[in-house]
Amino acid sequence: MKVVVNVSLKEGVLDPEGQAIKSSLNNLGFEHCSDVRTGKQIILNLDKNSKTEVLKQAKKMCEELLVNTVIENYEINILKD
Amino acid sequence: MRSGVVIFPGSNCDRDMIVALRKITGKTPIKIWHKEYDIPNLDLIVIPGGFTFGDYLRCGALAARSPVITSIKNHISRGGTVLGVCNGFQILIEAKILPGSLIRNKKLLFTCRETTLEVQNCMKNPFLSGLKIGECLKIPVAHNEGNYFAPEDSLKQLKEEGRIALKYIKQNDNEKNYNPNGSTEDIAGILSNNGKVLGMMPHPERAINYLQGGTDGLKFLTNCVEQIIG
Repeated sequence: MKVVVNVSLKEGVLDPEGQAIKSSLNNLGFEHCSDVRTGKQIILNLDKNSKTEVLKQAKKMCEELLVNTVIENYEINILKD
Repeated sequence: MRSGVVIFPGSNCDRDMIVALRKITGKTPIKIWHKEYDIPNLDLIVIPGGFTFGDYLRCGALAARSPVITSIKNHISRGGTVLGVCNGFQILIEAKILPGSLIRNKKLLFTCRETTLEVQNCMKNPFLSGLKIGECLKIPVAHNEGNYFAPEDSLKQLKEEGRIALKYIKQNDNEKNYNPNGSTEDIAGILSNNGKVLGMMPHPERAINYLQGGTDGLKFLTNCVEQIIG
């Protein structure tokens, strides 16, 4: 089963990369773009069939390694085949 | 004094740290490979700077899950002393040995230059206790993710417990870029709750000789060694 983990910076945590992208977008004429936040996506392939078990494992992976919960939020989604 | 320097794939300040510690103690520190579970009893373990595991995922994240970290945690629970420099600081944070987070430098630039640090009025610890409060040290930084960030409650706790050890400081009122990374309250180094672990972004091992532009790093490390030996 394929699982997608989206990791984003928490509200209030400085995202200088997002700010640099925003300023570049504004320079290109996209003045309506008032904020940019960056993040990352991690795609996992788990050899398990139970959705509950897959979600449980992915959550554990996030808490133990994939996410720094001091500064980041995450969202787990199972990809449809 | 028996010391050890931990080496991960991608560590690159290990040799400089070994040279510095040998110069001070007269003994060569042991090298500890990241896959080691058993490390001998040491008076000081140093986690040096570098780009462990290519900074993949987050700086220090993969190194913080290496076998050697369990041994380091055991060393700490026995009251052992640990110094983490730069990537070593990032690893200590990722291993949850120290609180908070080190995020991207505010100006998005890798910063490599001398900084002025001020010794803070902090809890008793083996790193700064021999130095004067308010004393300044000129020690260089070289990093891309050194912007210290902590949630407010955690920052409040650090302050109350006297765990902010080093701050970047202005040398004159006109100096604007004295803080190289935009860290909260100009924090450059923090201590663990028992004061025996220090994480700092600046590299003392890069200021041990006049040819490097200064010797305040030598002064800092010599003081650490003296405090630890007692």
